[in-house]
Amino acid sequence: MLDWPILSTVTYLPLVGAALILFIKDDNELARRNIRNVALLTTVFTFVLSLGIWLAFDPSDPGFQMVEQAAWLGTGISYHMGVDGISMLFVILTTFLMPICILASRDSITTRVKEYMIAFLVLETLVIGVFCALDIVLFYVFFEGSLIPMFLIIGVWGGKRRVYASYKFFLYTFLGSVLMLVAIMAMYWTAGTTSIPELLAFNFPANMQTWLWIAFFASFAVKMPMWPVHTWLPDAHVEAPTAGSVILAGILLKLGGYGFIRFSLPMFPLASADFAPFVFTLSVVAIVYTSLVALMQEDIKKLIAYSSVAHMGFVTMGIFAANEQGVQGAIFQMLSHGLISGALFLCVGVVYDRMHTRDIAAYGGLVNRMPAYAAMMLLFTMANVGLPGTSGFVGEFLTMLAVFRVNTWVAIFAATGVIWSAAYALWLYRRVILGALTKENLKAITDLDRREKILLYPLAVLVVFFGVYPMPVFDVTAASVERLLSSYTAAIEAAGSVASAAAH
Amino acid sequence: MYTIIVLLPLLGFIIAGLFGRQIGHKGAEYVTSGFMVVAALLSWVAFISFFFGEGETLRVELLHWMQSGTLDVSWALRIDRLTLVMLVVVNTVSALVHIYSIGYMHHDPSRSRFFAYLSLFTFAMLMLVTSNNLVQMFFGWEGVGLASYLLIGFWYQKPSANKAAMKAFVVNRVGDFGFALGIFGVFYLFGSVNFDTIFAGAADLMAAHGGEGAAAAGEGAAHGGDVALQFAGWSLSTMGAVTCICLLLFVGAMGKSAQLGLHIWLPDAMEGPTPVSALIHAATMVTAGVFLVARMSPLFELSHTALTVVTFVGATTAFFAATVGLVQNDIKRVIAYSTCSQLGYMFAALGVGAYGPAIFHLFTHAFFKALLFLGAGSVIHAVSDEQDMRNMGGLRKQIPITYWMMMIGTLALTGFPYTAGYFSKDAIVEATFAGHNAFAGYAFMMLVIAAAMTSFYSWRLVFMTFHGKPRASHEVMHHVHESPPVMLVPLYVLAAGALLAGIVFHAFFIGEAYEEFWHGALFSGPDNHILHDMHEVPAWVVWSPTIAMVLGFAVAYLYYIRSPGLPAATAARNPGLYKFLLNKWYFDELYDFLFVRTAKWLGRFLWKTGDGKIIDGLGPDGISARVLDVTDRVVRLQTGYLYHYAFAMLIGVALLVTWMMLGGAN
Repeated sequence: MLDWPILSTVTYLPLVGAALILFIKDDNELARRNIRNVALLTTVFTFVLSLGIWLAFDPSDPGFQMVEQAAWLGTGISYHMGVDGISMLFVILTTFLMPICILASRDSITTRVKEYMIAFLVLETLVIGVFCALDIVLFYVFFEGSLIPMFLIIGVWGGKRRVYASYKFFLYTFLGSVLMLVAIMAMYWTAGTTSIPELLAFNFPANMQTWLWIAFFASFAVKMPMWPVHTWLPDAHVEAPTAGSVILAGILLKLGGYGFIRFSLPMFPLASADFAPFVFTLSVVAIVYTSLVALMQEDIKKLIAYSSVAHMGFVTMGIFAANEQGVQGAIFQMLSHGLISGALFLCVGVVYDRMHTRDIAAYGGLVNRMPAYAAMMLLFTMANVGLPGTSGFVGEFLTMLAVFRVNTWVAIFAATGVIWSAAYALWLYRRVILGALTKENLKAITDLDRREKILLYPLAVLVVFFGVYPMPVFDVTAASVERLLSSYTAAIEAAGSVASAAAH
Repeated sequence: MYTIIVLLPLLGFIIAGLFGRQIGHKGAEYVTSGFMVVAALLSWVAFISFFFGEGETLRVELLHWMQSGTLDVSWALRIDRLTLVMLVVVNTVSALVHIYSIGYMHHDPSRSRFFAYLSLFTFAMLMLVTSNNLVQMFFGWEGVGLASYLLIGFWYQKPSANKAAMKAFVVNRVGDFGFALGIFGVFYLFGSVNFDTIFAGAADLMAAHGGEGAAAAGEGAAHGGDVALQFAGWSLSTMGAVTCICLLLFVGAMGKSAQLGLHIWLPDAMEGPTPVSALIHAATMVTAGVFLVARMSPLFELSHTALTVVTFVGATTAFFAATVGLVQNDIKRVIAYSTCSQLGYMFAALGVGAYGPAIFHLFTHAFFKALLFLGAGSVIHAVSDEQDMRNMGGLRKQIPITYWMMMIGTLALTGFPYTAGYFSKDAIVEATFAGHNAFAGYAFMMLVIAAAMTSFYSWRLVFMTFHGKPRASHEVMHHVHESPPVMLVPLYVLAAGALLAGIVFHAFFIGEAYEEFWHGALFSGPDNHILHDMHEVPAWVVWSPTIAMVLGFAVAYLYYIRSPGLPAATAARNPGLYKFLLNKWYFDELYDFLFVRTAKWLGRFLWKTGDGKIIDGLGPDGISARVLDVTDRVVRLQTGYLYHYAFAMLIGVALLVTWMMLGGAN
C-alpha cells in the first residue's frame, strides 16, 4: 500500500498541466507548440504514474484500495476516493488514451489551441474522478462536470453542424442526469449516507429500488447509449474533432456501463432482476437495429458510431445477465471497445486530415497508395467484427455465453450481430480501401506518417495482445466481480425467501 | 514437436508479413515454404511414430486464455489420430501449394504478401485441427475464414474478387452464428468447453439413456420437470438439448463446408489465385465442417435426429452440386462444384455414423482434388490466364505432363478401380446403403446418381480442355508452354497420393486395422454397427458406383468426342432445365432478393424513419421545435429572452436541491 495519495495525484495532475498552459500566451506558432508539448508531457506523465496504481493494486482484495477520505461539504458528504477491480482498469484506459488524443490533435487543431488543450486536460481530471469517486455526490459532480468540456470540444472545434450536435448531446445527457440527482437525494434521505461503500452494504426497500433504478437507468442509458436514446451519438461523433470522437467512444461511453455495474446492479439488485428482461430487449434491439442502420450509412464516422451503439448492446446485455461471464465480459468489452473504436476513429481522422471528407463514396482503392494504413484498418475492422485472436472477440463471446445461460432468445438475436457486423464492416472496408484507385484527387494521397504510426501501432499491439492473452484483465476484475455477484444473488435469495414466507 | 509443427507457419507468417520488404520476395518465398516443408515432414514423422507409441491422446498446454467463473479456456493442443490425419493432410498439401506458388505467382508484384497469407491460413487451420476445446477451434475456424477472405480478395483491384471475398466471409459468418450458439449450448449442458469434459459428459448420457437413447433423442419436447434447456421457446429434455446443440454445430459445419443453402460462397471463391483454391477451397478449409462433426462424434452419436439431418443435407448437396457442375464452363467452377458435391458425400457418410469412411474420403479427396486444382492452375498458366473451357481444347499435345496429371486426378475422383477415390467413395456409398436412418436409402440413391454425374462432368472437363480441336486464338496457342518443374513436382507428389493413398491406407481408415489405428478418436455408439454392415452389402451395391462411373464416362465420350454437336442440341431441347442448372438453381438471385435487398431496405428504413422521423422527430428535434413555437408566442407577450428565464430557473432548481441536501444533513 502506498503512503501517498496516488489516486488524487493522478486525478489532478492534468489540472496542473492545464494551469501551466493557462500562463502561456497563444499568439504565435512557437507558443502553440509549447502548449501542445506541455499537454502531451502532462498526459504521458499521468499515464506513467497511473501504471503505479496497477502495480500497487492487489488483485486478491475485492474491496476498495488506495482509499483517501477527507471531510468536504457539511456532514456526511466527504471527499472519498478509491479503486477496486471494476474501476481500476478504466482509470488506466483513460490515462492511456489521453496522450493519444493530444498527439492526434497536433496538426488538425489550429485555432484556439490553448483552450482546446485545457478542455482536454480538465476532461481527463473529471473522468478519472468519476472512476475513483467513492462518494456519490462527488461521483455526481465529476460525472456531470465531464459533460461541459465535451460539450465545448464538440461545440467549438466541431464540424459544420456542431452547434446542433452539441446541444443534442447536452440535452440528452443532462435530462438523464437530473433524474439521477433526484434519486441520489432520495438515497441519502433513506440511507443517511453518501458514501458508496456504505450504500453498497445498505438494503433499499424493494419498491423504492424500482424508482431509484429507473432514475439511474435514465442517466446511464443515455450515456451508454442504449436504443432508443442513442441518436445523439452519431451526430456528436460526426461533428466532433477526431480526438473528441476517440475520447467520446473510448471513455465517455464507458461511464454508463460503469454506472450500471457500480450502482444499478449491486445497490438495486431486486429491481435489476425485475428489469433485466427489459434491458435485454433494448440491448438486442440495439444490436440488430443499429447494425442494420450502420449498413446503410454514407459517412464513415457515422457508420462507426452506429457500430459503437451495437457493441454497447453487448455490454448492457452482459451486465444484466448477472453472472461472472456476463459482468467480466462486459468490463472486458468496454475496455476493448475503448481501444478498438478509438483506433477506428483515429483511422478515419487519418484520411479526413488528408481529404477533408468523410463520405464513403469519396474514397476507394486506398490500399494502392496506403498499404500500412490498409493493414491497420484491416486489423481494427476485424477486431470490431469480433474476430477471435483480437480483443473484440473475448468480450462479445463472454457476454453472449453469459446471456445464453439466462435467456436463449436474447443470445440468438445477439449472435446475429456477428453476421451484421461482418456485413457492414467489410462492406465499408471494401468501398474505402479495396478496389482500383480511380479517383483523381486520391492519386497523390500519402501513407501513414511517423506520428500516425506512433498513434496506431501501440493500439494494434494491445488489441492483439488482449485477444490472445486477456488474463491480466480477468485477474484484476475477478475478485471484485465475484463479491458483487455473491451479494447480488444473496439479496435476490433473501427477497425470495421473504416473499415465500409471506405467501404461507 | 507438436508445438513446433503448429507454430512454424505462424513464424513464417510473421516474418513474411512484417519483414517482407526487408527480406524481399525471394526471402519470403523460401522462408515460408521452407518452414512448411519442415512442418510437413514433422507431421509425417508424428503420424508414423504414433503406431509405435501407446496411442494415448496427448495434451499440450500452451497458454491460459480466458477464465471467468466456471469458464476456463486454454490455448492447448490435443494430439490423437484424428488430429494427426488432419495434420498430415493440411501440412502436406500446404507445403506443396507453397512450393507450387513460387512458380505460379512469380509475376506477381506482391508475392511476399501472398506467402504470408498462405502461412497464416495454415497456422489457423492447424489451430483448428489440434484444438483441445471448442473455443480454440472457433479461433481457428474464424482464422481460416479471415485467411480465406484475404486470399480470395488477394487481387484487390478486381471488384469481382473483392465481392467474392466479402461474400465468403459473411456467408461463413452465418455458419459461425450457429457454431457459436452450439458452443454456448455445450457450455450450458456440460459446464465446460473442453473436449475431455464434454466427451465424459456425453459418455454418461450414453450410459444413462442407453438403448432407448437413440430412439428418445428424437423427441424434442420434454415432459414435466426434466427441462434441461429452454431454447428459443422450446423446452428441451437433455437428449433434446443434445440434438439442438448438434444441429447448431452442424449449421457451422454447413457454412464452412459449403453445404446446400450456405454453399453460395464457394464457387465465387474461385476468384482467388488457383493455388489458394487448391489449398483452401478443396483440400483443407472446406473439410473443417467434416472434421468438426467427426470430432464431436461422441455428441452426434447421441442424437439420431441430428445425424438424419446430416445425411439428408449431405446427400442433397452431393446431388445438387453435381447437377450444377454438369453445365459450367469455367474450368475452376466445375472443380469447385465437384468439391461441394464430394463434401456432400462426406457428410452423408457422417450422417449414417460412418465416421471412418468420411475421414478417409477427406484424406484421399485432399490429394486428388488438390491435384486437379493445381493441374487446372497449370492449364490456366499455359493458356495466358484463360479459364473458360470453351476457349481451350486440344491442349493434350502441348502440355502432356499436365494432361497426364489431370488424368490421374480425374480417375481418382471418378473412382476408377484401385485409385484413391475408388476405396473411399465406394465405402461411403456402401455405408449409406447399410445405414439405418430414415434418409439412408435416399442418400444411397442420390450418391449413386451423383457418381454418374461426377464421372460425366470430370471427363467433360478433360475432353473440353485437352481433346478436340484448339478453340483458343492463334496468339494464345502459340504461347502455350508446359509449367516449370517447381510447379510440376508438387503435381507428381499429389498424383502419387491420388493413386496410392487408397491401397495403402484403406485397411487402417476403414478396414481391419480400424480399432488400433483410430484409438477411439472417432466414437461409435453401442448401436452403431455400420462398419461391420457396410462390408456385407449385396454385390450390386458394391458395383453400382463403378457402373455409374462407366456410364458417366460413356455419355461424356459420346457428347464431347464422338458427336460434339450433341451438347448444344440437348441444351436447346431443354432450355428451361439448362438455364436452371447454368444459373445454379437461382440461389444467388433468391438470396439477393430475400436477404441482401431486405437488409438494405430495412437498414435505410430504420435509419431515415426509425431514427430520423420517429426517435429524433418525437424526441429532441420535436421538443426543440415545440419549445421554439411556445417561445415565439411568449416572446410576443413578454418581449424577454426565454432562454434567460429558463436558465435562471435551472440555476434556481440546482440551488434549491443543494440547499435541501445540505439542509437535510443538518
